[in-house]
Amino acid sequence: MKTTTALATLMALGLTTPALAEIRIGASISATGPAAFLGDPQVKTLEMLVEELNANGGIDGETVRLIHYDDGGDPNKARTFATRLIEDDEVVAIIGGTTTGATMSILSVAEDAEIPFISLAGAIEIIDPVRPFTFKTPHTDRMACQKIFEDIQARGFTNVAMISGTDGFGASMQAQCKEVIGDYGLTLVADESYNPTDADMTAQLTKIRNTAGVEALVNPGFGQGPSIVTRNYAQLGLEIPFYQSHGVASNGFIDLAGADAAEGVRLPGTALLVADILPDDDAQKEIALAYKTAFEDKTGTPVSTFGGYAHDAFLILTDAIGRAGSAEPQAIRDAIEATEGLVGTTGTYTFSPEDHLGLDLSAFRMLEIQNGTWTLVE
Amino acid sequence: MSELLQFLFSGVTVGAVYALVALGFTIIYNASDVVNFAQGEFVMLGGMITFAAHAAGLPLPLAAISAIVLTAALGVGMNKLAIEPARGAPVVSLIIITIGASIFIQGAAQIIFGKQIHSYPAFSGDTPIGVAGATILPQSLWVIGGAVAVFIALWLFFTRTLLGRAVLATSNNRLAAQLVGINTNFVMTLSFALSAGIGALAGVLATPITLTAYNVGIAFALKGFAGAMLGGMGNPKGALVGGFAIGLIEALTAGYLSSTYKDAAAFVVILAVLFFMPQGLFGRKSTDRV
Repeated sequence: MKTTTALATLMALGLTTPALAEIRIGASISATGPAAFLGDPQVKTLEMLVEELNANGGIDGETVRLIHYDDGGDPNKARTFATRLIEDDEVVAIIGGTTTGATMSILSVAEDAEIPFISLAGAIEIIDPVRPFTFKTPHTDRMACQKIFEDIQARGFTNVAMISGTDGFGASMQAQCKEVIGDYGLTLVADESYNPTDADMTAQLTKIRNTAGVEALVNPGFGQGPSIVTRNYAQLGLEIPFYQSHGVASNGFIDLAGADAAEGVRLPGTALLVADILPDDDAQKEIALAYKTAFEDKTGTPVSTFGGYAHDAFLILTDAIGRAGSAEPQAIRDAIEATEGLVGTTGTYTFSPEDHLGLDLSAFRMLEIQNGTWTLVE
Repeated sequence: MSELLQFLFSGVTVGAVYALVALGFTIIYNASDVVNFAQGEFVMLGGMITFAAHAAGLPLPLAAISAIVLTAALGVGMNKLAIEPARGAPVVSLIIITIGASIFIQGAAQIIFGKQIHSYPAFSGDTPIGVAGATILPQSLWVIGGAVAVFIALWLFFTRTLLGRAVLATSNNRLAAQLVGINTNFVMTLSFALSAGIGALAGVLATPITLTAYNVGIAFALKGFAGAMLGGMGNPKGALVGGFAIGLIEALTAGYLSSTYKDAAAFVVILAVLFFMPQGLFGRKSTDRV
């Protein structure tokens, strides 16, 4: 931020030479608003990485300049900022769209202008159908469902209950889970929901407890809801295996739910969350640990999966610009699509003309909370 | 049987939170006919300040008291800086000012306390109390106790004390109240301080159950407002009954019908009641003399 402001001031004073080699990368992220929880670490991550990269000589000697706007999670603002980034700021690529709504707005602008765009939002609609200039770094909700159901199936259970938040995240994941549950030979025997601001979910959980044959419980949700569900689960003394989603994959969840209540809860998370307990030969250990250490030293706040999405987007982009040897949008796009085996914090990315997500289920680790900390199930 | 009991426990837990928030609306409404939409922010501040003070090393009871005192002071500040300068403006304008104050407080809290979700330990531990196969958390009893205590205190205040009657008199006719020697400015300041304090108390008691974040105020205010409307705006008894009623309707709908319709069910009941009893269950009849 400081560097950006300083640069902007210098430019305004006409002190910098326009001929200075500089690669402009745009970002529209929800640093405030309802998705601030996600966007805040993303902005901090991008600022940190740009600073780091420039201190190490930039990309082939050219400095990178990050121009970022705060869209507040509002799709209309995101559209305006995307247009401004492309037309006024003349960026070569855009990172952003913290929420799916904002992403869909940026996507249409970027596609029209043929500027590569890497989204940080979850929904599968972003890359399905594949659009030439749009890529994304986070897993889809569907993959989280698949990972959970795979684990339930492996443990020999068949009857599953779901309790989902009615917010965008919970509702979308609930729908995706219902679509893929049949592929794993599982049956959905109870399907309850709660409002994200509710203070007590024991009524829904009691109903699930009294449903005949329930063997496992899945809670797609985000924010404080899943913490309250977990506390209520412990309050009622439920003992069926309990799965949370990647939406709460952070240490904050264990603190809020309480270590006792969260004991034994499983969820699909990224390598970043368990960087320090990964085996030394794990491909992701080095990069995840490096990002975690740098972020926590710099900001003093614990690293989050969402910041990791921004980290990976920046990594993919700078890697592509380096390989393309050019900062032309078309060349960058082609280089991104040719990315192969690039190890990030979220997973190992291999893009192709048919796949603009580049991750498979192996990127998710099944984690279990034991004694107030994360352990690897596999 | 244990199923029904569990639904009832769930209902009174949530209902007690709504009732506490609803009680906060009564004083300012009684003093000025203004529905204070920043009431939810007072609840949020109660939880947030307690969390921050506790995290900074204060023991929990001290942190809770400091949260209530600071929030009450903020209520006074809000009255002095935002409401008093607009004295004489119609009630609708004043209500809009409280919405502005609410947005301001929320923004400031976001900067000061950050965007994370917070909580602090329950006052009497997390071991559920079992009754006939159903369970309730000790913290729920704190919230229920708090709601009942605030109700009794308010009821005594409005019916047994001179000051409480002065508040009612100010609401009834400000000019006449001034003529009989009531300091209406002081009454307004006092009512904001008390309302903010009660709001903060609600936040202090409820946070170990509901958790808190800078943006939880609106949800609290909406449900508390609904409870207050159902019971009859301005009547402490109405706020208590209305809050518990909404909590119970929600829990029973979630339990016996479907959790998808629980919010809708609560609002259908509110609409039905207000259709037949526009003043709410216990609201005073307004009689305008011409």
